[in-house]
Amino acid sequence: MKSSRLWSWIVFGIGALYFLVPLIATFEFSLKIRRGTYSFDAYANVFSDGRFQSAFSYSLIVGLATIVVGILIVVPAAYYVRLRAPQLRPIIEFVTLLPLIIPAIILVFGYIRMYNTSSILPLLGSNFGSDVLLTLAYVALALPYLYRAVDTGLRTIDVQTLTEAANILGANQWTIITRVIFPNIIVAVLSGAFLTLAIVIGEFTIASLLNRQVFGVYMQNVGANRAYEPSALAIVSFIVTWGAMGMIQLLARFAPKTARKD
Amino acid sequence: MAEDFLRIAELVKTFGSTTVVKGVDLGFEKGEFVSLLGPSGCGKTTILRMIAGFERPTSGQIIVEGKDITDLSPNQRKIGMVFQAYALFPNMNVEDNIGFGLKIAGTGREQRRARVEEMLKLIGLSGFGKRYPFELSGGQQQRVALARALAPSPRMLLLDEPLSALDAKIRVSLREQIREIQRELGITTVFVTHDQEEALSISDRIVVMNAGHVEQFGAPFEIYNRPKTKFVATFVGTLNTLNARVVDASRKTVAIGSAEAQIPSLPEGISSGEMVALTMRPEAVSLANGAARDIVLDGTVSEVAFLGSVIRLKVDLGGNVVSLDTFNDQRTPPPAHGSQVRVGIASSDVLVLDN
Repeated sequence: MKSSRLWSWIVFGIGALYFLVPLIATFEFSLKIRRGTYSFDAYANVFSDGRFQSAFSYSLIVGLATIVVGILIVVPAAYYVRLRAPQLRPIIEFVTLLPLIIPAIILVFGYIRMYNTSSILPLLGSNFGSDVLLTLAYVALALPYLYRAVDTGLRTIDVQTLTEAANILGANQWTIITRVIFPNIIVAVLSGAFLTLAIVIGEFTIASLLNRQVFGVYMQNVGANRAYEPSALAIVSFIVTWGAMGMIQLLARFAPKTARKD
Repeated sequence: MAEDFLRIAELVKTFGSTTVVKGVDLGFEKGEFVSLLGPSGCGKTTILRMIAGFERPTSGQIIVEGKDITDLSPNQRKIGMVFQAYALFPNMNVEDNIGFGLKIAGTGREQRRARVEEMLKLIGLSGFGKRYPFELSGGQQQRVALARALAPSPRMLLLDEPLSALDAKIRVSLREQIREIQRELGITTVFVTHDQEEALSISDRIVVMNAGHVEQFGAPFEIYNRPKTKFVATFVGTLNTLNARVVDASRKTVAIGSAEAQIPSLPEGISSGEMVALTMRPEAVSLANGAARDIVLDGTVSEVAFLGSVIRLKVDLGGNVVSLDTFNDQRTPPPAHGSQVRVGIASSDVLVLDN
């Protein structure tokens, strides 16, 4: 018993080192822009760069748009499948897993072929069109995470009985989804949303090929031309991603209040 | 004849190749408390769900106050419903749950608050308004569900096995409370249950269902004492069966073992020498010393169950085993297992049922 505990700690320690050493090394390197002393100059350079500000805020906006569009598609779909078409669940689950199987590069080449300037729907012909396409591509990327989060949320409540109870009290479908179902799965939806944000902030392939100046593309540009700033950016990106993950954990604490049925 | 408040006309419901409701025709009066009673799968819940609008009948009509509501969606029917699983909205407190229907209907804030207060008082939960469903016991949750169903003043109340998730003591007290509230409001109520004691104790009338059709529709007294079919007789209450041979069909005499008796309820068209099954309730059988019991049989006590105020005995009458109840008497202990007893049956209480 005691030796097995020791072994678990050893394994845990090795795992932790594997993750932490590169992180600490990157952080340490990002502070060494001045010879012989530590400073946050690399961070100051990054934050004061106009391209960083625009790329980061663009990524955030696309991230938020992805979340809104994703929720509008996934919540009603997952609700409908649970309520009326449970036999479709395996198919829907398979479809939502496709973005994990199909590499982003294939997805984006498909988009470029389908929506180029000489196609029926030439989304890539305008900036706004490209933004829309990028958002939709991110919705597809986030689908496995968002769908699973929402579906797990729906599993914690008795969707059918709650729907019927609200329906017979006079509520229509829209009212049922917005006032009864959604508030009861909000924690699950938000955790899916933060996961989506974390994915969008770090995404590079699709944005680069659609020629969108997102945070990932900016990071790659800086990485090609500077020494210390890319490390600072990696740490910033890490903090944003882990901040989003932390929010999921924080939200989980509010779950019991709404999730209990009996 | 007054028009029925709720009329179910030739209702049929088919799921795939299975017909679960087979042409049910019923009429309920205004203010009546009617129970749909039957075993699982008999179609009682499906009928309730069709009245609510959650299931669409394959054919037939549902008419309320003379208007056909078969094609109306549930939110247009003005019907209240209480579910077995409470179905309170977990994100709302008690007040918001009760006020939900009123809010949907566009009732003003003040009016809504007054009505919620009135409902809380009605269910005896004043002061619980700010609590969340998970902070309430099962019985309290179901009372809130009842208040929520009643708050928008529906024209009818549907109860889908609302007591089955509760423990025995709360079940009894809540069913009494439901009946009291129903009487006070005079609301027509349809109650689905598989528990015959529950149905007998609170209903004005009972619909006994089996395999998608109605076996009998009547008052509890009638259902229990004058069951029309063997199914009703066996499903509602306990029934004893004695195999007997018809001695003289014209004089309606039968032989049960060595005893002979005249059975007034022996049907016409039966011939002498035929075997018949005589049935009777446990209370129609007593340990014989009574004068009114004209059939007297000797037997052996095969089981003694002490149920508190009542003691249920099983007596083996040489092949036929009958149950009988005696009241507990502190001074006289019940007969012991294996002891010889004599039982008496009043021939007027004996029923001969068709299959």
